[in-house]
Amino acid sequence: MRYVDEYRDPAAARALIGRITELADDRSFKFMEVCGGHTHTIYRHGIEHVLPRSVELVHGPGCPVCVIPMGRIDDAIAVAETPGVIFTSFGDMMRVPGGHGSLLEAKARGADVRFVYSPLDALRIAVEHPEREVVFFAVGFETTAPSTAVTLLKARADNVPNFTVFSNHVTIIPPIKAILESPDLRLDGFLGPGHVSTVIGNHPYRFVPKQYGKPLVTAGFEPLDILQSIVMLLSQIREGRCEVENQYSRIVRDAGNPRALQTLAEVFELRPHFEWRGLGFISQSALKLRSEFAPWDAELRYEIPGVRVADPKACQCGEVLKGVIKPWECKVFGTACTPETPIGTCMVSSEGACAAYYNFGRLHREAAVTLGRASLSPRSG
Amino acid sequence: MCLGIPGRIVELLDAEAQLARAEVSGVRRTINVGLLEDEGIGIGDWVLIHVGFAMSKIDEEEAAMALSSLRMMGQGYDDEISALVASRVEAREQARR
Repeated sequence: MRYVDEYRDPAAARALIGRITELADDRSFKFMEVCGGHTHTIYRHGIEHVLPRSVELVHGPGCPVCVIPMGRIDDAIAVAETPGVIFTSFGDMMRVPGGHGSLLEAKARGADVRFVYSPLDALRIAVEHPEREVVFFAVGFETTAPSTAVTLLKARADNVPNFTVFSNHVTIIPPIKAILESPDLRLDGFLGPGHVSTVIGNHPYRFVPKQYGKPLVTAGFEPLDILQSIVMLLSQIREGRCEVENQYSRIVRDAGNPRALQTLAEVFELRPHFEWRGLGFISQSALKLRSEFAPWDAELRYEIPGVRVADPKACQCGEVLKGVIKPWECKVFGTACTPETPIGTCMVSSEGACAAYYNFGRLHREAAVTLGRASLSPRSG
Repeated sequence: MCLGIPGRIVELLDAEAQLARAEVSGVRRTINVGLLEDEGIGIGDWVLIHVGFAMSKIDEEEAAMALSSLRMMGQGYDDEISALVASRVEAREQARR
């Protein structure tokens, strides 16, 4: 594990934190980490606590479970409760509450809801149960959408008629644009998502510096990756540059994964608009099946209620997802809303900011010491 | 679901079905490698696996880091690994043989 130590080396962390402190000594900076995986690293390692007060990280919308609106869960439950249907879903989505409970509760009421690891598992269930109709609840950004696309190509090639996909795949660029257009938040730059970028590459982010004048650095998931990316953002600003840079070049290629992109384009097309939790309707932000795949499109086979459901009043997931508030600033955080009994999506997924903070926030102090910061200066909470 | 789990390719299976066997945390699993076809996948290569699909080729040190990070997640990692182990991509491959 030599390499791991290299990326968690306290001396290297101290050097980077020192550099950040130097670069951010005369004004304050606010950067958004778009990806829930980054949020997780930041809380897990107490990074917020080792940064100077002048650098603030805010969490973004990059948690696929978190951004699905309640109405869409109700739609899923309506399909799941259709007689004869086997409804398959990733585990994370089973506990997300809709307006009428969660998929797990629908299962308790008698619906045949099964958790799968891969869309290929769902297809396999369909092959094994030709007498039943199997629906796959597809969620996720460009990281998982190609897998659904490959599965649909297989369903077509193998002519599996009793398999359909309820697509809730979303794309990462439109919410970043929506956040840049939002008056709520003044940001100085972005930590670009890591795994999504392995698929889409770095080119799609160019509009961020070009049209909005904000730098973006695609970042890895290790604590030192995050710190180094912050140094890169600050250096750009200090040097008067504004561009897309790739800190995670050991995995992310500028052109992404052309095969995955080609597969996506073959199977999916953009929806005119899609509702996001907290961000409202965003045009061309989600993927639906192309008409060639109509026989495998659950939205065409089943009656989808499509009713918009407002979030519970107490829930502030929307503001958390936009980075307007921190998890612990939500009124119900850790009291009415916990990972065991979540009210909002951000508390459900391990990539959700609230769950990450709930699980790891208390370890901040210990982590900060590990990273070599003697004096702790928690900003809030 | 967005978690990438590192695995090492130990066997190339059905080329047409784009399947390979990968060792993940000591467990051998069948995964789909079709999305990395252009990069060329060989035995001994490390890949990041998302929902049963190899999504990117990585090197050994990246694999070690990713595994270590995942282990630190505790329950989240356990869930992901047990889900992967229970995954039935395997059954499909055997049925084809």
